Amino acid sequence: PDGSTRYTQNGNGGPTFVYVKDGKILRITPIDLDPSDAPSFVIRARGKTFSPDRRVSINPHAQTLKSMVYSDKRILYPMKRVDFDPNGARNPQNRGKSGYVRISWDEAFDMVGNEIKRQRQVYGPGALAIWHGSHHQWGNVGYYLSALLRFGNLLGFTRVHHNPDSWEGWYWGATHHYGNSMRVGVSGMYGLVEDCLKEAEMIVFWSSDPESTNGYAAGYEGTKRRLWAKDLGIEMVHIDPNFNPTAQLFGGRWIPIRPGTDPALSLAIMNVWINEGLYDKDYVANRTTGFEEWRDYVLGVEDGVPKTPEWQADETGIPAHVVRALARKWGNRKVYLGAGGPGIGFGGACRNATGTQFARNLVMMMAMQGLGKPGVNFGNLQYGTPLDPYFWFPGYAEGGISGELQWTAAAPHTYCRMPHILSMNPVQQMVPRQRLPEAIIDGYARGYPWDGFSNEAQFQAYEYPKPGYSKIHMLYRYGTSTFGTIAKSGRYIDMFRHESIDMVVNQAIWMEGDAHFADVILPACTSFERWDISEVANSGGYIHHNTHGLNHRMVMMQHKCIEPLGESKSDYDIFTGILNRMGTGAMFTEGCSDLDWARRLFMASDASKRVKWADFVKKGYYVVPPEPEAIRTPRNYGWFAEGRPKDAPEPIPMPSQWSGDFLKGLSTQSGKIEFIPNSLKRFDAVDPERNPLNRYVPSWEGPRTEALVKKFPVQMISTHSRYSFHTYGDGKDSTINDIKDHRVNVGGRLYWVMRINDEDAKARGIAHNDLIRVFNDRGSVVCAADVSPLTMRGVCKTYESSAESDFQHDPRYGLVDFGGCVNILTPDRPQTRNTDGMGSNACLVQFETWTPPEHALLRA
Amino acid sequence: MTQSTPRPTARWNLIVDVALCENCNNCILATKDEYVGADFPGYSAGHARHGRSVIEITRHMRGSGHMVDVTYVPRLCNHCDDAPCIKAAPDAVRKRDDGIVVIDPVAAKGRKDLVGACPYGAIVWNEEAQLPQNWTFDAHLLDQGWTEPRCAHSCPTGVFTSVKADDAEMTRRVDAERLETIRPELKTRPRVWYKNLGRAKSHFVGGAVIGKVQGVTECIEGAEVALIADGQTLATARTDAFGDFKFDGLTRTTGDYTVRITREGFPPATAKAKAGVPTYLGELSLGG
Ligand SMILES: Nc1nc2c(c(=O)[nH]1)N[C@H]1C(S)=C(S)[C@@H](COP(=O)(O)OP(=O)(O)OC[C@H]3O[C@@H](n4cnc5c(=O)[nH]c(N)nc54)[C@H](O)[C@@H]3O)O[C@H]1N2
Ligand SMILES: Nc1nc2c(c(=O)[nH]1)N[C@H]1C(S)=C(S)[C@@H](COP(=O)(O)OP(=O)(O)OC[C@H]3O[C@@H](n4cnc5c(=O)[nH]c(N)nc54)[C@H](O)[C@@H]3O)O[C@H]1N2
Ligand code: SF4
Ligand code: SF4
Ligand code: SF4
Ligand SMILES: [Ca+2]
Ligand SMILES: [Ca+2]
Ligand SMILES: [Mo+4]
Repeated sequence: PDGSTRYTQNGNGGPTFVYVKDGKILRITPIDLDPSDAPSFVIRARGKTFSPDRRVSINPHAQTLKSMVYSDKRILYPMKRVDFDPNGARNPQNRGKSGYVRISWDEAFDMVGNEIKRQRQVYGPGALAIWHGSHHQWGNVGYYLSALLRFGNLLGFTRVHHNPDSWEGWYWGATHHYGNSMRVGVSGMYGLVEDCLKEAEMIVFWSSDPESTNGYAAGYEGTKRRLWAKDLGIEMVHIDPNFNPTAQLFGGRWIPIRPGTDPALSLAIMNVWINEGLYDKDYVANRTTGFEEWRDYVLGVEDGVPKTPEWQADETGIPAHVVRALARKWGNRKVYLGAGGPGIGFGGACRNATGTQFARNLVMMMAMQGLGKPGVNFGNLQYGTPLDPYFWFPGYAEGGISGELQWTAAAPHTYCRMPHILSMNPVQQMVPRQRLPEAIIDGYARGYPWDGFSNEAQFQAYEYPKPGYSKIHMLYRYGTSTFGTIAKSGRYIDMFRHESIDMVVNQAIWMEGDAHFADVILPACTSFERWDISEVANSGGYIHHNTHGLNHRMVMMQHKCIEPLGESKSDYDIFTGILNRMGTGAMFTEGCSDLDWARRLFMASDASKRVKWADFVKKGYYVVPPEPEAIRTPRNYGWFAEGRPKDAPEPIPMPSQWSGDFLKGLSTQSGKIEFIPNSLKRFDAVDPERNPLNRYVPSWEGPRTEALVKKFPVQMISTHSRYSFHTYGDGKDSTINDIKDHRVNVGGRLYWVMRINDEDAKARGIAHNDLIRVFNDRGSVVCAADVSPLTMRGVCKTYESSAESDFQHDPRYGLVDFGGCVNILTPDRPQTRNTDGMGSNACLVQFETWTPPEHALLRA
Repeated sequence: MTQSTPRPTARWNLIVDVALCENCNNCILATKDEYVGADFPGYSAGHARHGRSVIEITRHMRGSGHMVDVTYVPRLCNHCDDAPCIKAAPDAVRKRDDGIVVIDPVAAKGRKDLVGACPYGAIVWNEEAQLPQNWTFDAHLLDQGWTEPRCAHSCPTGVFTSVKADDAEMTRRVDAERLETIRPELKTRPRVWYKNLGRAKSHFVGGAVIGKVQGVTECIEGAEVALIADGQTLATARTDAFGDFKFDGLTRTTGDYTVRITREGFPPATAKAKAGVPTYLGELSLGG
């Protein structure tokens, strides 16, 4: 009626309608399903009937996207650093300091193309490193696992290898007890929403805040399901240093816990269960191995220290009687353990020094309670809706257009349905993402891989440089997030300026973060300005059936809603432009535009069997009907608890990975849940930090590191931002910045929020919204204090993901950031020595009122 | 009872259920999405990109220790039937037949005084446009056939219910659902109604009861707790498995409460709390 055209888009924050008028985005809204769309599922539980809304919810970071598209931080032209001359002085020492001049795309493509060739000729294979973030806007064409990998493979590059940042403790720890390596250590979730609503009496949220992180890319789809649970009277408990938004909305007993001491609490709960017989002895006898040895440790037979509720009180700060009350409640009821935001894993607690111990103990707790029996499972209603698991549409880990053989599921899933030119990176050299500064500055790095194909893949240490390859001399950075998201991120300032790096390219949408340290900046456009196709929340392999966190499976056309702003281009077109300089452009595109690729992917998918391409593009989405009620996928692990062949619709583990009969048991050596994992025994039976017997080892940066605690008495946790998706949504002039719980405007500058306890504030004379300097030996960050009783004493809570950085040198303190990159304060030590698990979620700090300096600060 | 003059036209009302508000801010962001960089002539000029939005959420926290709770109250223009803003500027602010209060984006230019005219603080000054602006109920969308405003459409939990009804019907609903308005003492006859405001307006007295069982300190479940004031028992409760009890919805502002805890087999315990402030008494030990 108002003359606008309605398009559709999809992203980390859910699918949307995009109204466009006169070539400009007018509004972005959630999608209302219409009567012609497939019906919604229905769940009947305890005499009530539940069915989801016919409107698809979205996150704040999706609701802000119009302001992100029209942001004054958009990079509108290719640029080069003013004092960077590829044929003369390159001035690497000025990266992050000097400004930029506009150049043409021709100049930009020449500069980058020529440098890639020069690097090959001067240094040899491996000199070029490609380095991207963990998340993309969305889409099967313009994703880093798609177009970027295809581009990289056609060039050959040193891979900046990611640690499993979301999973950490689950991957390095839990896997060894119960398999699930292909789920990176977390649990499957089929059928769990129905089982939980029907059977469970209590949900324990442990380091779990689904109202902030919503599983992964699922809007607020899980929220209503938790409201159903509340309606049914299912009790809730929240174990968290912070009375988090989930606890705030649903209520239930809050059990505040000191960060990183969770393994002690779980040991004490198990101690009560053993002493009072509150565990499933039959299940333990038939479905697990090693319990006696574990029991002896828990009871103190092994080391003379019974892990009692009294024992844990000094560690966790939780009174012994509260632990006993919790343990008894839990032991006497059917309980869902909501571990981490998704309920089936993750959680800030898996990303700190004791994260591996934490995840391991939670698996053992579930083993003691009969994992897979009715009402006993991992979950918090975030995952496991009764949707169709057999409909195939590619998720992003299926590689999109990459044709990448090794690091995506392109070959088994996509290529066989959409023949296209396969690609492979001939350079085998890799650098651990968390160790890139050491690789470049010290010339050496060592890491352990993220590889889910087996429990053992993670044991294969790798080194940089790899024999025969060149060291890195050119960085191709795709995105801008490092300072906000990577541990001890101040390291990257020196790395960027290192003289061994001849060129830093940054292909980015917004001028922020890492982009400030580039020599050449290539402006990419947003997903609103190019064509793509995708399914909501379908990540593919990493979280197989991540779509089952939604209430409706939806295949989305990502319309090109508007023309690219300024001279920005789609990533796809930028890659094509560079590859044209190398002579491989046509091989990259196969003569296709991004829209052609979208159509090819559609035709290859099951969607083409249900709906015509033209109709799909016109409507913009297709809703996949849910599983028929009569043949719903049974609850996950029911098969294991009951000793049946596996009936979960996941293609894992691989056929060779069952130790006994095919489909029977788990992919551990014994096929059972192992209290003392054989894989860890085979790898390093005497590892003091990740011992096969999961002994409690206090955090290496926590309440027990006494010398540090004297200087830095507060534990800071840095968790995932509720309002932005990591750096995506923060800064860049978006409307998110005005949310009081996201940033606070003090004197015209938007400061990052630090949640501090009211009594801690009082002791330091800090009032609500005062500026505080939060610091430790690694640096200082100036934040706005949010003073409340919602964070326990001795703890402060903030988000990890500032997109803004403003590094200054203050003669009083050294490096000070005003942007909010709290990760400059976090430790880069791996969780345990034989892993690459990051332990940055908790660290020690002190804070005080910020006093502005008397002299001007120097740009750091 | 006197019947108010029946209105032929159904008019807009908004019901806000604060028990469902989780502070996601989608309502604010959706409203900014609608108005930032977009003019709707006759309804509203574009809003400022940054700064206070026409919807605001206030946070109400209570308690200490583990016994805390938070209520978020979304606040927006009430579309008052007896609107002080209209009285202050009848030439610039008008009431539509459907109940919506519109600040005319042309006539109100420069009228910064209107910000102070609204006793709810619901009018935001747009410095760039030199305009006072309210939450318009997204009248331009309703006029195009939308059935609810953007804030309601983007709210994931269904905090907002838009009701187009005649006043008698709405009055019935107000009674049936025990709806309230913010600051009723202002008597401006708001068309925005609140549900479950209790927690934001009242106090509680709570505690955690412990005692020795066979020499070991335990949470005491099932203890009887009485809340006493002026020698009268106002309410009783039983402790849960964590020994917790909570008397909620207290509105007295003066005096003291006495809490008396009894449990068979234990000596009783008492504690005192001041009225008028939310109080978590901490751990209360039966038998010291
Ligand atoms: N202290 C602490 N640190 C943490 C965590 C924690 O809990 N605590 N969590 C960790 C976890 S789990 C994760 S996943 C990481 C995330 O850390 P990162 O992966 O570093 O963060 P993102 O913000 O997702 O980075 C994505 C980048 O890609 C860019 N980008 C997105 N789409 C496009 C596109 O279409 N084209 C181009 N050219 N660029 C694009 C974005 O602008 C952004 O710069 O953070 C980790 N860091
Ligand atoms: N809005 C939004 N959603 C997201 C993301 C985002 O950036 N923004 N990121 C996505 C990604 S990539 C991931 S990996 C997931 C992450 O999802 P999660 O890993 O589940 O999220 P976190 O925020 O790290 O932690 C969840 C809770 O753990 C608590 N916590 C922290 N440390 C401890 C501890 O030591 N002990 C205990 N008991 N609790 C602790 C925090 O207070 C928080 O409430 O979220 C995804 N969803
Ligand atoms: S039907 Fe197609 S995919 Fe299957 S074997 Fe024959 S050619 Fe291959
Ligand atoms: S709330 Fe304020 S601005 Fe809105 S109608 Fe009432 S007086 Fe006017
Ligand atoms: S959108 Fe709904 S839940 Fe979110 S802040 Fe607004 S009213 Fe509250
Ligand atoms: Ca928007
Ligand atoms: Ca149980
Ligand atoms: Mo992650």
